[in-house]
Amino acid sequence: MTTRESAGRDTITVDHLPPELTRALYRDMRTARDLDTEAIALQRQGVFPAYVSVRGQEAAQVASASALDPTRDFVFPTYREMASALAYGVEMVGYMATHRALWHGGLYDVMASRFGAINAVVGGPVPHAVGWAVGERLRGDDGVALAYFGDGASSEGDVHEAMNFAGVFGAPVVFFCQNNQWALSVPNDRQIAGGSISARAAGYGMPGVLVDGNDAGAVHQATTEAVARARRGEGPTLIEALTYRVEPHSTSDDPGRYRDETETLRWRDRDPLRLLREAMLAAGHTDEARLAEVDAQARREAERIRDGVATAPEPDGSQLFAHVYRETTEELTRQHRTWQEEVEL
Amino acid sequence: MTELIERTATTTDVPVVELSMQQAINRALRELLAEDPDVLVFGEDVGALGGVFRVTDGLQKEFGDKRVFDTPLAESAIMGMAVGLAMNGWRPVPELQFDGFAYPAIDQIVNQVARMNYRTRGAAPMPITLRLPSFGGIQAPEHHGESLEALFAHTPGLKVAVPSDPEEAYGLLLQAVRSDDPVVYMEPKSRYWDRRPVRLREPSSPIGASRVVRPGRHATLIAWGAMVQRCVRVAELAAEDGVELEVVDLRWLKPIDTAGLAESVSRTKRAVVVHEAPLTAGLGAEVSALVTENCFGDLAAPVQRVTGFDVPYPAGPLEPQYLPTIDRVLLAVQRTLEY
Repeated sequence: MTTRESAGRDTITVDHLPPELTRALYRDMRTARDLDTEAIALQRQGVFPAYVSVRGQEAAQVASASALDPTRDFVFPTYREMASALAYGVEMVGYMATHRALWHGGLYDVMASRFGAINAVVGGPVPHAVGWAVGERLRGDDGVALAYFGDGASSEGDVHEAMNFAGVFGAPVVFFCQNNQWALSVPNDRQIAGGSISARAAGYGMPGVLVDGNDAGAVHQATTEAVARARRGEGPTLIEALTYRVEPHSTSDDPGRYRDETETLRWRDRDPLRLLREAMLAAGHTDEARLAEVDAQARREAERIRDGVATAPEPDGSQLFAHVYRETTEELTRQHRTWQEEVEL
Repeated sequence: MTELIERTATTTDVPVVELSMQQAINRALRELLAEDPDVLVFGEDVGALGGVFRVTDGLQKEFGDKRVFDTPLAESAIMGMAVGLAMNGWRPVPELQFDGFAYPAIDQIVNQVARMNYRTRGAAPMPITLRLPSFGGIQAPEHHGESLEALFAHTPGLKVAVPSDPEEAYGLLLQAVRSDDPVVYMEPKSRYWDRRPVRLREPSSPIGASRVVRPGRHATLIAWGAMVQRCVRVAELAAEDGVELEVVDLRWLKPIDTAGLAESVSRTKRAVVVHEAPLTAGLGAEVSALVTENCFGDLAAPVQRVTGFDVPYPAGPLEPQYLPTIDRVLLAVQRTLEY
């Protein structure tokens, strides 16, 4: 377990991790970084109405998602989990479609991906993870639910209710809090009474782990342990990954109005991608030539996703009515006809 | 779609048992738990206690504490849990103990349950039936008597059912739970102890069908829940003066049986809608608009609304003065006949 102070360290080590793991983490973090850059550019070009950057949180996201088994676990995201989705194997053109406002929740198949719909009510999906996990145990299966949320969402009643339920039911859930220290314009000291989210775990009868969210190896290890614990039937864990939102809250935000950018610059220097890259070289997991190859590959993949989402067709208007109900109503059918006669033309 | 219910069951071969509404719901839950291993019943105090109204009495004993279980006291998490269970292939039947306690769960009900099938383009259906003891009439403490039907009926993605008697309660719950759409099933608390012979039969009309409880030709009374029985009483009294009132039990508040309403009102030419909820933006306004849009040429008088007043459900002795009284309904009938 790390401490808040050690989250400021300028080097990490991956000596204890398998090289193929660190290489996979690096590849996904690099791809997510490039895709993030492309997404901001798409917003500037007017293709995306808005975008929420994951820059600086790639280690927290990729390394946690990589600790799961996408064939039997289930992830419940909020709205800033692009790097998690990528590492978990979600179809990324469909994922990014939500940022182009093609469909709320994304256009990927939530059930096939085992990655819940993008959700802007940041506390809302956390109890879903508990329900899913309780359902898993009821059936006698060993899947684990992982719920992502942030420091802001940690104030939501649903997050408290969900953790308490998980504790009472002994549900196999990993509560993964990315504490990026800013809930839009509100910093941790105006958000978290007591100063620690992970410390709250004690009140729910579960372990609370504080981890350096910019240390991919540490995040992976903490999440792997929590997942294994849940799979063994030993119940939920709360992980607080301390990181930093180096970009504005969204492309519509103006952080100059509420924070000192010198702090942001310090965290930009603690770039999780650089930390991992240097640690891998130091551990002999890779070399510059191989990294250059991975970087090029990541770039091509990010561009493929960018082009895919930029050129994806807009949804047909009839989609307005298609999925409101499994068994539609006469009234909705009538309104569908009205749309055809008066809107579609 | 309108279905004329005959109360004499002598010619049918379905079992007829005398049950209170609360027992009829219990009976339906038992059958649903027995027929579908994915059905789960959970909420506050639904296990050993059998629910505060004993609606789930004996279910945990019969089906075990994996199928029927108590949760901590947190309505939002109960509904959020239902979403997750549904995403894992279960068919959740959560109970929120009282209508007023649905408000803390509104985010989960409106933002999550109602929209998940839409948000996921059909990948994650929500076959959830929220059982919600509802409405007034038992002079309960504050927040223990509310009429939230307009809120739920206004929410795209939800369906809303309200039984008015034990037999309806039995059939509507079977329909609601078997439906792959989320249904808010509002149980009129004041009718829980209403005992009648119940035909334990499969639902014979589709979701959304209203029923004519009592045929008549001079005006149509439209109601749901406990107000149906009140309207029947009004019709009995009016009949003594030679006025024949038709009573329509809407049963489904989403979808509303527009065709059934139009069929009745185009015959009687007059309509009075009765509900417990406050007047302004209540569901009576929707019913009135549907009747007017569909029967404008046939109407001999404007549609009358007899509802609760635009005040919170009041305490004890004031509640009977808040709820539509027989006299107020009769006066509305008189207004529409004399228009």
